[in-house]
Order: sequence, then structure tokens, then C-alpha cells
Amino acid sequence: MFVKADFMKIYLFWFFSILLIFSQIMGCQKSRSGITVAGSTSVEPFAELLAEEYMRRHPQSHIYVQGGGSTAGIEAAKTRAANIGMSSRPLLHDEKNLYAVTIAKDAIAIIVHPENPLSDLSLSQIKQVFSGEIKSWKDLGGPTQPIILVSREEGSGTRESFQKFVMGKEEISLESLVQDSNGAIRQVVSNDPNAIGYISLGLVNKKVKPLKVSGVEPNMTAIENRTYTLVRPFLFVFNGEPAGEAKSFLEFVLSPTAQNLLLKEGLATVLQPSRR
Amino acid sequence: MPFRTRYLTQGIAKVLIWIAALSTIAVMILILFQILGQGLPVLHLRFFLDSPKEMGREGGIFPTIIGTLALTAVAIFFATPLGVGTALFLREYTKEGQTRSIIRFGTDCLAGVPSIIFGLFGFVFFVIYLNMGWSILSGGLTLAAMILPTIISTAEEAIKAIPYSYREVSYSLGGTKWQTLTHAVLPNALPGIFTGIILSVGRSIGETAAVILTAGSSLVMPTSLFSPIRTMSVHFYILAREGISMEMAYGTGAALILLVLLINTVANGLLNRYIRRRT
Amino acid sequence: MEIREKIIEKTLLLVALSSIMILGLITFFIFKEGLPLIWKIGPGAFILGARWVPSQGSFGILPMIFSSFWVTVGSLILGIPLGLACAIFLCEWTPPSVGMVLRPAIQLLAAIPSVIYGFWGLIVLVPLVRNYLGGPGLSILSGSTILGFMILPTIISISEDSLNALPPSYKQGALALGATYWQTIWRVLIPAARSGIVTSIILGMGRAIGETMAMIMILGNAVKMPTSFLDSARTLTTNIGIEMGYASGDHRQALFATGVVLFLIIMFLNSLAIFLSRRRAR
Repeated sequence: MFVKADFMKIYLFWFFSILLIFSQIMGCQKSRSGITVAGSTSVEPFAELLAEEYMRRHPQSHIYVQGGGSTAGIEAAKTRAANIGMSSRPLLHDEKNLYAVTIAKDAIAIIVHPENPLSDLSLSQIKQVFSGEIKSWKDLGGPTQPIILVSREEGSGTRESFQKFVMGKEEISLESLVQDSNGAIRQVVSNDPNAIGYISLGLVNKKVKPLKVSGVEPNMTAIENRTYTLVRPFLFVFNGEPAGEAKSFLEFVLSPTAQNLLLKEGLATVLQPSRR
Repeated sequence: MPFRTRYLTQGIAKVLIWIAALSTIAVMILILFQILGQGLPVLHLRFFLDSPKEMGREGGIFPTIIGTLALTAVAIFFATPLGVGTALFLREYTKEGQTRSIIRFGTDCLAGVPSIIFGLFGFVFFVIYLNMGWSILSGGLTLAAMILPTIISTAEEAIKAIPYSYREVSYSLGGTKWQTLTHAVLPNALPGIFTGIILSVGRSIGETAAVILTAGSSLVMPTSLFSPIRTMSVHFYILAREGISMEMAYGTGAALILLVLLINTVANGLLNRYIRRRT
Repeated sequence: MEIREKIIEKTLLLVALSSIMILGLITFFIFKEGLPLIWKIGPGAFILGARWVPSQGSFGILPMIFSSFWVTVGSLILGIPLGLACAIFLCEWTPPSVGMVLRPAIQLLAAIPSVIYGFWGLIVLVPLVRNYLGGPGLSILSGSTILGFMILPTIISISEDSLNALPPSYKQGALALGATYWQTIWRVLIPAARSGIVTSIILGMGRAIGETMAMIMILGNAVKMPTSFLDSARTLTTNIGIEMGYASGDHRQALFATGVVLFLIIMFLNSLAIFLSRRRAR
């Protein structure tokens, strides 16, 4: 049977070990040190990569990269919940008073399964496919199989860019499958011979086949001489002029070293920063 | 019913039930084999100690392990006093009646709330309203609310199991109610309470929806209770969805399963020992 | 001393009310965020609307309610027979050897995180459905199957408890009257444990309706009304889960409103289960 001393001992031990775990990983300040970068999940992995590189050069800094979506990121920048907002779509009217810098350009690739016989579609055909007007691969010269659409969720910067560049006023079919990340879309398309979807060009790998759009293949050259038009800016959004750590990070991101990293990952670089 | 048909029905039923039992075992084995099969080879010391590099393609999962531990610690820190206190109150200070029913109703309902609702609540209350931001604290407090019912019910069972004689002795020696509870009852109920805590730990490790909405998904090592963190289950989800590295995903999944397996074995072992000691 | 005891008692009372207070907070905040939108577009339009297109301001959740319903029904179709069978197996028919394997297996099934279930379903089940049954594989069928296994432990443990709680005289009486083992179980024991079994089913249902992560991974999340088990679908939970990260303004409020509906459904189910189990205790 437990004696009073045992009870107190157990309680103290438990209490102090928790305290120990806490003190290992932090000091008790109310303020978070470092800066937060939040927003588009399309930009997120690249921002993480850059943050990693940056923190390697500046060991005292902390950069927290967070997802949440382009809209949430812009709002976070506006309310200063985050130091930097990430967006994969251009700013809207009521967001125009924020300071945005294009840090990279990203193309949207239309992807299908590698075994899909198609390799080229016109923009209007893509629109008809995604609006549900064309429902079978047969109508495009392929096998008699239903077209399985895969799209991003509402609110995603990638989806909004796709909507703007491809769909225009038409709605994406309500029948389309919806996945919550580009990687997930790629996964679905790589497993289903009847699927078609859209993802960031930087994420295309051997498991999926990117289609040519009206004869133009999505690659760096085509992006640079603007023949491939499904290109959207990756933005860093600030509330006011960037300052302090945020400014330092921005400068790093725009430096040739960082831009080369992005290039290696499949993004198109910005030759000089442009203020929108 | 004729003799033969009765036994025929029984025979068929027996076969079907055996199939049911075996398929349940089979599914569990399948799941374990799939994840552990692909994931175990990835697990080595560096995997646990390194931070993720190259967007998670390489390196390890160390920050997520810290994140998981920190979140669980905060949750337990807040839920245990509340849970044990509630159990004490229910068992020692009330009789069957309205107060008990109301509290029990609250606890049972809380137990049924889905994790996404907890996530929404945690987001709007801790992250936004109390301005804690995406942090270990927000996530931990939300998790605490989620595991509270489990702790309450296991603590209640543990306290209930203590024979009245223990209290009698304490009272006869002149102890007050509080002294009795803290010296005679609680210390002996500790194993049971501990088991409840461990079970809750197992649950919170697997929790994903609520954690993403309240603790964020930052991969950087946390520096304070107000830092955002990514737990192992969130990391697994993100890896599996983004398809950045299936190898890493399987590894994280295997680590998760092993952790949960370990915790459950410990909890059940304790439970058995505790029951055997009492009966 | 007396005062100190009184203070302790009152403090503990406050502590004990914490679960009610948390429940109240949750209710308050979810409703606070979600109700304004329901009022704005009208409860009828919200609950019965068939189009969910936030970019155009259409917030109808009928397809989601439908899908939640069908996914849950599907999981029960799998979970109830399997669960009851295992419960019967565990308490009436176990040779100790198999029981020692089955019980830990069930505990493990209960402990596995839902994201692992979802992942496994994605890797193993979805391709099977797609290749052998058609459709995208990401479907209600796949979702229900995985969900069925996820709620299995709940149904099994509570049913087993209520079967075990029956007085032995029930079984002995039936056998003495010449019934076979199976007849005893099917016609005497199960009906007697009926309320406990029903409670377990309702709790399993609550768990099924509330599942999010695994469903996001397996259901495909199409927004339209499903017309077959092979169709992709989106439940109330996955609707919130998949769009919450990005939503703002009206969209976010609509997601909270979805949460309100979900919350009400779960509260109803929970109260039902609690009511039934209280009745059983009496």
C-alpha cells in the first residue's frame, strides 16, 4: 500500500519530468522568435526549402513555414498574423494595397496517366473536358472510357489560377474528384488511366504525363518566351515595406543562389523583382 | 424445427462467425504488414534524430517527435487534474442524482464530439479568440478537451474499485475527507488513473484533424510553447498526400504504428495487472 | 478545517463542471461562427440546397448529408454483422487460443490512427475497387469498408460487455430446454442484450459520421450528389476538413455552419445512446 511519502514522490517526479521536457525545448517567453511565412500550399514546399537554406546560413534565425492557402496567407499578412504571406495567385482588388513581390513563376501543367494515348489538347478542349461537356475519352480520340476529372479544392490558389486561365466563366464540373494537395492529384492521376488533372509544373514527375496545350509543351523555354500561357506568379505578400528578418529573407529568396535552387525544383525564376 | 435443420443452421452460423473473426484478424495483419513491411527498413537512428531536409525527402523526423511529445505532455498536464478532480467529485461527493447525471451527460457528450469539431473549436477559440496562434499550447489544450472524458471514466473506475474499508480506516484515525482522499484513496487508484492517461496518450498521438487546425504544420524545431509544430501523424498525412517521398511516409507510418503498439501494450498490461491485483 | 473542506468541495464541483463548460464553449463558438450564415441564406436553402460552389456563393449541403448518410450506412452494413459475430465469438465460442489472438487484434484495430487506415485504404482498397468494380476507386464503397473496420472495435467491445452482463441463467435455461447453442445465442441472448447492442451500434454510427482524415483520403471528395456506391462523395466532415485551410469570409462561415449541422446530428445520436444505456442500467 502506498504511503504518503510515495504519493508525493510520484507526483513530484511526474511534475518535474514534464517541466524538464518543457525547458528542453523552450524558454517561457510569450513572443515567438523568428518570422512566420504562411499561405499557399503550392508555394509552401519551396518556401520550406528556401527557409532551410536560409537558416543554414543564419543559424540564429527561425523561419516558420505554414500552409493554409493563398487567401489565408494574404489575410495573415494583412492582419500581421504572419510576417510574410505566400500566394500562388495574383492579388485581388481589395488586396492591392499590400506589398507583393513575385519570387518565382510557376506553370500549371495538365497531366494524364502515362499510358494515355493523348499528348496534346487545345485550351478550349481542356475547358470542355473540365466543365463536363466532354465526358468520354472517345470524343478526344481515345478509348471508350469515362473521363475522371481531378481538381483542387475551392479556395486553392492553384484552382483559382486554373479557373482564371482555362475555365474563364465556366464552372469546373461538380463531378470532379477533389484532392487537397497537388501531390495528391498527381497520385490519383498516376494510378488511374482515365484520370486528368492539373498540378504545378514543378511537381510533375515520371509517373504522370504533362499534356501539350495547343501544341506548346510546358517547359522553361516556353514559359520564358510566354508561349505557354498557364503561368502564375508565386508571391510573397507583406503589410507595408518589408523590414528586419522578413526583408533579409526576401533578399535571400531573390538572390541568384536561391533562384537557382528554385530552378532546380522546376520553377521559373524572376530575373528582377517586380512590384505589383 | 426438425432436428437436422437446427444443427445445420448452427453449423452454418459457426462457419460464418469463424470467418468473421478470422477476417478481422486478417485485416489487422494486412494493415500492419503493409505499413511495417515498407516502413521498418527506413527506421534507423538517424531517422529519429535528424530533422527533415529537402522538403522532407531526406533526413529524419525529429521535430515531429518533439512536437508529438510536447503536444501530448500539454494535453495530459491540463486534462489529468481536471479529469481526476471530476472523478473524485463524482465518486466521493455526490450520490445518484441530478448533479451526477448532468456531469455524466456532459462527459458522455464530449466523448462523442468528432475531432473535426474540436479542431474548429480549437481554431476559433484558442488560435483566434485567445490569440494564441497556431501553437503547442493551442493544440495541447484542444487535445486536453478531447481526452478529458477518457481520463474521467478511467479515473472513476479506479476510484470506485477502492474498497470502502480504506476510507473507513482513514476516517477512524481522525482524517478529514480531503486527507482520506489524498492519502488513502488516490494513491491506490493511481495505477488505474495512470492506465487511463496512457490510453489517452495513445489516442492523442493518432489525432490529426484537430491538430492541423490548431498546432499548424511547421517543420521547424519549436522554441516555445507558442511555436507551431507538426506532429508525427500530421507529418505522415502530409507526406502521404504530397507524395514527396513515399519512403519517408512509410517510415513515419511505421514509427507511428510502433509507438501506438507500444503504448497500447503497456496500457493493457497495466490494466491486466491492476485488475488481477484487485480481484 | 471545516471551511477548508467546504472550499475543497466547491473547487472540485467547479472542476467537475469543466466538461459541461467545455461542451458549452464548443457549442457556443461553433454556433456563433456558423449560425449567421445559415440565417443569411436560410436554413432551407442551406440544408436542402444541392449545389456547393463557394466561389459563387452557393452553399447547399444536401449532397454532403446524403453522402454522410450512405457512407455510414455502408459502414454499418459491414460493421454490424462482423462486430456482432466477433462479439459472439469472444464471449461464447472462443477456444482460448484464438481468443488470445482476436482480443489483442481488436485492441490494435482500435488503436491504429485513422490516417494510417486512410493510407492503407488508398494503397490497397481503392485500386482493387477501381480495377474490379469500376469507377475511380475513390468511392463510397471504399470509404464504407474502411470505416466499417474502424468502428468494429466499438461495436465489438460494447456488445461483448452487454452479452457478458447477462445472467447465466438465460443461457442455462435455454440450453436446458433443449435449444442448440446457436439457437440460444440467436433467439435468447442477443434479444436480451438488445439494448446494449443497439447502444454500441449508435456509438459506432457516431464515430462513423465523425470520421474525417481517412475519408478525405478515400472518398474522392466530389461535390455532387452520389448516385451509386462506386461514386465519389464528400461527407459533412470531409467538406470541412478539405476546405477549412483555405476558407475565409462567407466560405469559412459556411464551413462552420456545416459543423453546426454535424454537431446537431452527433448530439442527437449521442443523447439517444446515453438515454438507451441509462435505461439499460435500470
